[in-house]
Amino acid sequence: MKRATIDIWVGIFVAAGFAGLLFLALKVGNLASFSTAQAYQVQAKFANIGGLKVRAPIKSAGVVVGRVSSVMFDNESYEAIVTFNVDAQYKFPRDTSAKILTSGLLGEQYVGLEAGGDGVMLKQGDRLRLTQSAVVLENLISQFLFNKAAEGKEGKDGK
Amino acid sequence: MASAPIVEIENVSFGYDAGRPVLHGVSLRIEPGSVVGIMGQSGCGKTTLLRIIAGWLKAGAGRTRVLGEAVEGLDSKGIFALRRKMGMLFQFGALFTDMTVFDNVAFQMREHTDLPADLVSDLVMLKLEAVGLRGAAQLMPSALSGGMARRVALARSIALDPRLMLYDEPFTGLDPISLGVIARLIRTLNDSLGQTSIVVSHDVEECFGIVDYVYFVSAGRIVAQGKPQEMRRSGEAFVKQFVRGEPDGPIPFHYPAPGYAADLDGAGALSSLPAAPAIHG
Amino acid sequence: MAERTLLAGLRQWLESLGHMASSKIWRLGFAARFFVYILLHSGTAFRRFGLTIREIYFAGVLSLIIILVSGLFVGMVLGLQGYDTLQRYGSSEALGILVALSLVRELGPVVAGLLFASRAGSAITAEIGLMKATEQIAAMEMMAVDPIARVVAPRFWAGVISMPLLAALFSAMGIFGGYLVGVQLIGVDEGAFWSQMQSSVDVREDIMNGVIKSVVFGVAVTWIAVFEGYDAPPTAEGVSGATTRTVVTSSLAILALDFVLTALMFTGGNAR
Repeated sequence: MKRATIDIWVGIFVAAGFAGLLFLALKVGNLASFSTAQAYQVQAKFANIGGLKVRAPIKSAGVVVGRVSSVMFDNESYEAIVTFNVDAQYKFPRDTSAKILTSGLLGEQYVGLEAGGDGVMLKQGDRLRLTQSAVVLENLISQFLFNKAAEGKEGKDGK
Repeated sequence: MASAPIVEIENVSFGYDAGRPVLHGVSLRIEPGSVVGIMGQSGCGKTTLLRIIAGWLKAGAGRTRVLGEAVEGLDSKGIFALRRKMGMLFQFGALFTDMTVFDNVAFQMREHTDLPADLVSDLVMLKLEAVGLRGAAQLMPSALSGGMARRVALARSIALDPRLMLYDEPFTGLDPISLGVIARLIRTLNDSLGQTSIVVSHDVEECFGIVDYVYFVSAGRIVAQGKPQEMRRSGEAFVKQFVRGEPDGPIPFHYPAPGYAADLDGAGALSSLPAAPAIHG
Repeated sequence: MAERTLLAGLRQWLESLGHMASSKIWRLGFAARFFVYILLHSGTAFRRFGLTIREIYFAGVLSLIIILVSGLFVGMVLGLQGYDTLQRYGSSEALGILVALSLVRELGPVVAGLLFASRAGSAITAEIGLMKATEQIAAMEMMAVDPIARVVAPRFWAGVISMPLLAALFSAMGIFGGYLVGVQLIGVDEGAFWSQMQSSVDVREDIMNGVIKSVVFGVAVTWIAVFEGYDAPPTAEGVSGATTRTVVTSSLAILALDFVLTALMFTGGNAR
């Protein structure tokens, strides 16, 4: 086979291979959300994080604005410290609050940010003051049962 | 320094493993411009000797000087440098099967020199013309007959005008016509290019027809040496047997074995076979 | 008497076991030195990149058809099977996630690697083995050309370059196959198929790790292939045996490495 023919085929192969990689990166994975290079880190303490995992999304008004980068346990306050990367293009006031929410009834857990009204914006290394822990299903159920039991007791007392 | 030998081997011994020596105390001198034959049976150590000269194998003991350099003292770079001045024709040619005849001959020029393409092309055609195969330049090796392949390989090995040519069984498996062509080429190339050649072979007639001097090797030793005419008249038993092709002589027909009767008796290696009762008596 | 023969038998068995183990270890060490030697003598493969391009043609381009067709069919099967399972839980929109993650993380690199081993790896072994058997390697050495730099290194790098590209094409083709079956044939919502896939396939965690896997497999397969070829006894049986060993050893190596790499990559997230 001629050298030039081989070169053309190899060129087509390499181009197709890179096109395949590009397809995977852009169409299959979402490269647009992949911008850890331009992100700032923010920390928040939660009394209970439920099933929150590293790389869980950070959403505000339903839009993904970042991802959880680490989850640690604080030995002093006995609370969880969650660090997350927020994309640099999204700015939040300093008194923004963070909640751990669940998508759907049994879906994955994510961190929801609700913007406050402060004029000063969050920057690298800041800590969110206002947090709300995950709703743990077992706690909910036991609370519900407790309430029911209490209701029942009241009903009996009322007789 | 015209009289300095091209190859000088003194008392060289070699064994692939300790218990089985292949060469014992071999010494030989090869003068510039000569064609020297090394003859002997298959497996007698002559190819090993050739490989020691090519720096492929390191001799266990003794001195080897090739083209004025002590081969033992060379590192792999030095051996590669030495080999650039050598050419070797392999038993079956060993052409690169994925390249055309032209590219095969051009191989060394492209690997070792920065010659421009048109000069390489001229040189390749010159070498192919020397072996009479200029017309086959664009063929693939698979399209060549055995004799033609050997001639292409010869053109390839002389591509960089080596001073020393080594031929490893150049006549094996060739028809009489190709054989005569190769034999004549070895001689004419040697004389016209001012080379020195070593031909390892067991074909007596072809070899005697072209060499100036011949060494006979048997069981790792040089048993006889001299001009071909002297060898024909030689009284040495091995040479007589070899040159005339006699089945029995110093080289026995039988592979060493214990007594024949013992094997047939059922006590030897073939004990599982039923013994022949007729021989028992 | 019986005890003595038993002991002798045991002794013989242990001896042969020890001999086998030590020869295997010796061979492994030889292969490792060979690998280092290839790396140290890779200059030619890059300086004269034409040599490597030629080998990419044989290793990569000629493997394209089998890779693309297999990728398409694997993706289509994933689409059918995945839909069947997912629709029981009423989450057939997650089909895109299932197809994409299984291909990008596992099936793409692994199946492409296995196909590459049997298509290109065996060819490399056979070619180098035959070059050795016909004394072409020896002739090259005699012409003062290092066969490892000239013959082995370009094939090695061609394999290492081709493998990730083939794996990416396999995954892309598989996702396309899953799309064909899931969206076009069965009628899963197209928007949900792609958006769910995009939201849960991570470029670094999933796609990059898949690419890393395929590079590792490429190194392993071509290393085994060139070593077996170079180490093959110079006979017809020797070369055929080496070719078989290449396919078997590199397939096992891919599966074992896949387990190790998966354990390192995808459970690391929770441990951190």
